[in-house]
Amino acid sequence: MNRLALFVPLVVFLILSLFLFKGLDRDPTELPSALVGEAFPAFTLPALDDGRLLTEQDLKTQVTLVNVWATWCFACRIEHPMLNQLADQGVAIVGLNYKDQNTKAQSWLEQRGNPYLFNIVDAQGGLGFDLGVTGAPETYLVDAKGVIQYRRVGVVDQRVWDDEFKALYSELMGEAK
Amino acid sequence: MIAELGHFALIIALGLALMQSMVPMIGSFKGYTTWMRLGHSLSYGQFLFIAISFICLTAAFWLDDFSLKYVSQNSNTQLPNQYKISAVWAAHEGSLLLWALILAGWTSAVALFSRALPLVLSARILSVLGAISVGFALFLILTSNPFERLLPMTPMQGSDLNPLLQDIGLIIHPPMLYMGYVGFAVPFAFAIAALIGGQFDSAWARWSRPWINMAWVFLTIGITLGSWWAYYELGWGGWWFWDPVENASLMPWLAGTALMHSVSATEKRGVFRSWTLLLAIFAFSLSLLGTFLVRSGILTSVHAFAADPERGVFMLMFLALVIGGSLMLFALRGPAMQKVASYGGWSREVMLLINNVLLVSSLTMILIGTLYPLIADVLELGKISVGPPYFNFFFVPLSVGLVVAVGIAVFTKWKATDSRLLLSNIPYPLVIAVTGAVVLPFLMGDADSGYSITAAITLLLTLWLLATIVIDLKAKIGTNLARIAKLSRSYLGMQLAHSGLAILVLGVGMSAAYDKIRELRMAPGDSAVISGYQFDFKGVNPVAGPNFTAFRGQITVTKGNKLVANLFPEKRQYNAGGQVMTEAAIDPSLIRDIYVSLGESLAEEAWAVSLQVKPFVRCIWLGGILIGIGGLIAATDRRYRRRNKQANNREVKA
Repeated sequence: MNRLALFVPLVVFLILSLFLFKGLDRDPTELPSALVGEAFPAFTLPALDDGRLLTEQDLKTQVTLVNVWATWCFACRIEHPMLNQLADQGVAIVGLNYKDQNTKAQSWLEQRGNPYLFNIVDAQGGLGFDLGVTGAPETYLVDAKGVIQYRRVGVVDQRVWDDEFKALYSELMGEAK
Repeated sequence: MIAELGHFALIIALGLALMQSMVPMIGSFKGYTTWMRLGHSLSYGQFLFIAISFICLTAAFWLDDFSLKYVSQNSNTQLPNQYKISAVWAAHEGSLLLWALILAGWTSAVALFSRALPLVLSARILSVLGAISVGFALFLILTSNPFERLLPMTPMQGSDLNPLLQDIGLIIHPPMLYMGYVGFAVPFAFAIAALIGGQFDSAWARWSRPWINMAWVFLTIGITLGSWWAYYELGWGGWWFWDPVENASLMPWLAGTALMHSVSATEKRGVFRSWTLLLAIFAFSLSLLGTFLVRSGILTSVHAFAADPERGVFMLMFLALVIGGSLMLFALRGPAMQKVASYGGWSREVMLLINNVLLVSSLTMILIGTLYPLIADVLELGKISVGPPYFNFFFVPLSVGLVVAVGIAVFTKWKATDSRLLLSNIPYPLVIAVTGAVVLPFLMGDADSGYSITAAITLLLTLWLLATIVIDLKAKIGTNLARIAKLSRSYLGMQLAHSGLAILVLGVGMSAAYDKIRELRMAPGDSAVISGYQFDFKGVNPVAGPNFTAFRGQITVTKGNKLVANLFPEKRQYNAGGQVMTEAAIDPSLIRDIYVSLGESLAEEAWAVSLQVKPFVRCIWLGGILIGIGGLIAATDRRYRRRNKQANNREVKA
């Protein structure tokens, strides 16, 4: 009996390595394919600045980046200057303020600049759940018809923008015109 | 040419490592003394050639040889010289080479200082270390060669080192951390050699103790430096983020802490033997797992700079071989749970057991929290992330329990403690701690924070721990301070490390309770008052650095008309990549840090500015350093050296 107990760590490790091996095939920054090509989930949530109610219809006016962020999010701070740059270049960015507090979110935007057209307040994380948000930051490229075309989990920096977003974004902008 | 030399040296080192992994091991079974002795010279040879390889890579950085892919990705002609050197280990390939160099260094140290050990044991230890080295050398050469050339399309200019990493913190933090990670390979090799030979008595425990201590000291200092670097370099004043990569360093540290406590019981009383062996395997396994998690891109993290599935597969195979193999060996040859020594209810053994249960529980919950997103993903439960609330929820109560236990443990004795003695020692520190915890927050709080429960609990823990240490010291030396020199270094080291823990707790708790952050819009001439400090914003000027341009703000801090500091926070833009970095300015002191950073430029001369007063935050790192120094003092205890001399004499006579 005692000798069998010595096998416990080995068995635990074998199970763990099975998960590690399976996990290797999965890119944590990749989108579950289900949402690509689907319409942005329906929602009715307040805006951060004035509390007016926003719905998915507000995303159907132009090609937008929907950026999931929060003040508690470590990597969002690194990402923020890049979003400011993109906004300066004329990219329409909508914020999804995820499981956050309004006062903190507002002072964040005053402090770091506001690249967003408007911010959807998702304090309970309901919309995030529908989107399958795994954490912040995440960025969705949504076309002018409100259909999700691309999803990125993790920070968008210059390299990610150039490699993954830019071509698709220009293409969608072309279609929109 | 230099690069080819480095590459060649690496291949020779691989050959030497291969021999080292086999020759002394075979010799130990066949009883060939010369084969066993060969392990020592092979270790030195391997170290020499990896060092040559490392120097070659450093030279390529120094000479801006952008025909090397690795150099062109991580350096730039404008990069200041000291960062050209630290850029060697700024990314995957170079970090691995540094890892291999440090492993060879530890192996040589074992070869040098293990003369007192039985030859069979030291030969097997060196062979195990050689085998690990083979794995890393193969990993380097096959999947992550830093000497890969970009020919004939050699770029004229490199794409620069990530500005976050252009900092003194990065020069020293990774080498320290790796010294710790890799250092745990030594107790691991001790454990494997013991399992092979079937010898795990108190002599084995005594031999391995200084190695465990040293690896743990480096890891402690490495983690402390990393936290300090994050605090001043990332620009918003946090010091721990429960990021997967931070967790990857904390897990082996917790296993190592548990190990150094359990091995003391194994040495003194012969108990917890299989547990000690298992912890020695765990500490190194978790170091490897950490490397795997960081380098495979299996988890998202801000640290994960480059992910490559091919490397992931290699790492996982290596992991399975090393961890799976050693656990299999443990299962087959590990000592059956024995009931040799008996110990009573409040004995030191029981306190060490409590310590181990708490540390391993913390470790397990961090492991689960770190891997849960991955497991949920594989099981199709959706992509889930576990945030700081989860970690704090478990880690804080477990740490509180640990600190309370440390205070009691100092009064306990091996085998059994007289309960009257224990009870007579406890009331005094308890009264001090409770009084301090109740009264002090009234004096420290202000109108904003009011009476802080967090501060009260923090003070309770810190004062409790410090008071028990002082009382125990007083019982040992009386009023004659000179007698402190007579105490053993293990005892002094332990008390210093435990005081460090008290100070660390103070820093964490007080900065959590009384932290003040104001983020405001400031134009030249504006001022703000926080916690009695007046901040005057003087404006922002453009300045040029060696490889960046910056806006430099000036903020004058005064208290009651007396100048406290002139602070110059910067907003930098790096020339090569165009990245924008926030460089905070800090006026440090033991009881509070004043921390200012520049946000966005708002209008004309107005800027968004973050002003922070952070009480006792510096105690966090001071505590970490004291813990490390305590471990270092304990590792140099005379007991370990005297044994060596005796053993030497014995050998000479024989």
